[in-house]
Amino acid sequence: MQSPKQRRPGELLFAIFLTGLSVFLLYNAYGISGFEALSAPGGIPMATTFVMVITAGLVLGQTVRQRAAPRGLFWQQVLPPLVLVMMAMLLAYALLLKPLGFLPVSALFLIVSIQILGKQGWAFSIATGLFSLLIIYLTFRIVFTVLMPVGIVPEGALLAWLRALFGGAP
Amino acid sequence: MWEAFSAFSTVLTQPELLALVALGTFAGIYIGAIPGLSVTMAVSILISFTFSWDVYPAISLMIGIYMGGVYGGSRTAILLNIPGAPSAIATALDGYPMAQKGEAGVAIGVTTVMSFFGGLIGIAVLAAAAPLVAGFALRFQPRDYMLLALLGILLVGSLSNGSLTKGIFAGALGIGIGSVGMDPLTFTERFTFDIPLLRQGVSFIAVMIGLFGVSEALTQLHHIDTPAIKQKIGRIVPSWASIRKHLPLSLQTSSIGVIIGALPGTGGDIAALMAYDHAKRITKNPEVPFGEGAMEGLIAPETANNAAVGGAFIPMMTLGIPGDAVTAIMIGALYVHGLNPGPMLMIDKPDMFWFIVGALVMANFFMLIFGLTGVRVFTRIVEMPRAILIPLIFLLSIVGAYAVNTSITDVYWMLGFGVFGYFMKLYDYPLGPVILGVILSRLLDDNWRRAIISVRESLPKFMEGVVTSPLSLMLFVSVILIFVSQTPLWAAMKRRVYGMQNKGG
Repeated sequence: MQSPKQRRPGELLFAIFLTGLSVFLLYNAYGISGFEALSAPGGIPMATTFVMVITAGLVLGQTVRQRAAPRGLFWQQVLPPLVLVMMAMLLAYALLLKPLGFLPVSALFLIVSIQILGKQGWAFSIATGLFSLLIIYLTFRIVFTVLMPVGIVPEGALLAWLRALFGGAP
Repeated sequence: MWEAFSAFSTVLTQPELLALVALGTFAGIYIGAIPGLSVTMAVSILISFTFSWDVYPAISLMIGIYMGGVYGGSRTAILLNIPGAPSAIATALDGYPMAQKGEAGVAIGVTTVMSFFGGLIGIAVLAAAAPLVAGFALRFQPRDYMLLALLGILLVGSLSNGSLTKGIFAGALGIGIGSVGMDPLTFTERFTFDIPLLRQGVSFIAVMIGLFGVSEALTQLHHIDTPAIKQKIGRIVPSWASIRKHLPLSLQTSSIGVIIGALPGTGGDIAALMAYDHAKRITKNPEVPFGEGAMEGLIAPETANNAAVGGAFIPMMTLGIPGDAVTAIMIGALYVHGLNPGPMLMIDKPDMFWFIVGALVMANFFMLIFGLTGVRVFTRIVEMPRAILIPLIFLLSIVGAYAVNTSITDVYWMLGFGVFGYFMKLYDYPLGPVILGVILSRLLDDNWRRAIISVRESLPKFMEGVVTSPLSLMLFVSVILIFVSQTPLWAAMKRRVYGMQNKGG
């Protein structure tokens, strides 16, 4: 007989989480309009969450039958330190974006992450980070006219100065 | 007729649009060629930046990226044995052995010309078939749309990597995400958990960028130390004799590409694999065996995946049903610009359709030009270190998610889906069906309710309608077959049939 496949670290936990989530959503979908009518607003949500419960349950069953993953590999294979650090940095970026503004937060984010990932020295990280930011800023702020949080940088004055420099003040 | 031609040549007559198609194609080839950057990711991030533009420039840029990206994926497949896009998986089978033998230039040249050829055939079929399909689609009943949407999601789930069970789960999850917010018909709250922010629903752009941008970049962190490989490239432009010799095969594989691309739920990756298989079967005596650098093994997938682009636009433009994740995102882009793809768009705004056809043709030409001229520059860019690339993807994802509604909540959604998508990818849950589910959720819900209300909430009458209409019946049987194929009963039946065959043979 073939030996069952080995599951990856954390796979069982994820399967349990998805099954739990599906059951919770099915219960919630039932609460929308119950079995009131086939065309009721809760009809499709109930059908889809029901399918989610069944399929998540099947996957859970398959995962349980697989051989257990070796212990201690979760923090190496699933959430290695680098992934965790980047996730934390992304969260920090999102939290600081409004109060500090796009330019300082992005500069910090790019420089620190290039330094962590590239390990090529701070001079390289600062130069590459600032140059990339300049390109992104020029492309998206000026060409695509995307509005980003200004924060602590007087961006309006900066842009006016740039315009005056290149095209003369209108 | 004249209007159609005039709309078709809009891109040619307006230098700004032409430049955007060129820029898009150029960028698309790069993006497709850089492992870790996908066309899906690029188009989903781009939607958020171009939503304030007029529709023509925005679509021009996106079509360029799409066309260039499908082709660009072949570059790394040949040079590094890493398909830049799923549609280039089959290309690596013979392309990489060619590069190992020092024939990378020839391989890239043939790939470029054949992608161009396949692309043109795909677009020609789109131009000829779409108006007919749209006319036919007008006769579709709401139940047919519902079944078609369901079939699309299930097919994407069943044909992508991983198990179908996981694919169906992903599709259902997508439909669930798409139904968060106020029900547009009755204003009942669905999955809002009494949180006011959830009443507007979840921004599908945030979901898209999270799933295809952040989760991909997080996954790439596992390979941060893989060094870039440098390759030498010689002669690029292929000889006319070599092209002429393979013309019959490329015609066949292009046709496979268009047909597979036009089926809802199947895209360039499946088309390329099927075309490769076809080439293997019909080429009796290849000069070089398949898998060791056969020219036929390169031509087949490359013609098919580019022909599939034109094919995929057929259900997208005529029915509003995406063929794969990228077309799902293209539909999203059209929604953002206030357009509703489907038969009515083809009838009300035929100029939009002909404009898209024109843009596709031009993108195809630019692909040929850039493909044959910019090879050396492209190989440099592919060598860009991941330590710079990954932070840039993160930054663009955040900026993109924020830009659409200038809302920080969308950024949190995007990050949440990014982390969730990371785990899904890690445990082999396909992400394509999620986005198809989100995009098709509304269509599915509306048409189900329309269909069931039209038969006064009677399920037997609904089923009677399904059984008596050949189209509905065909769609219904297909949906059921996909489901049944997952049950133990089916597996047992398969074992029995195979067992009998083995005994008999």
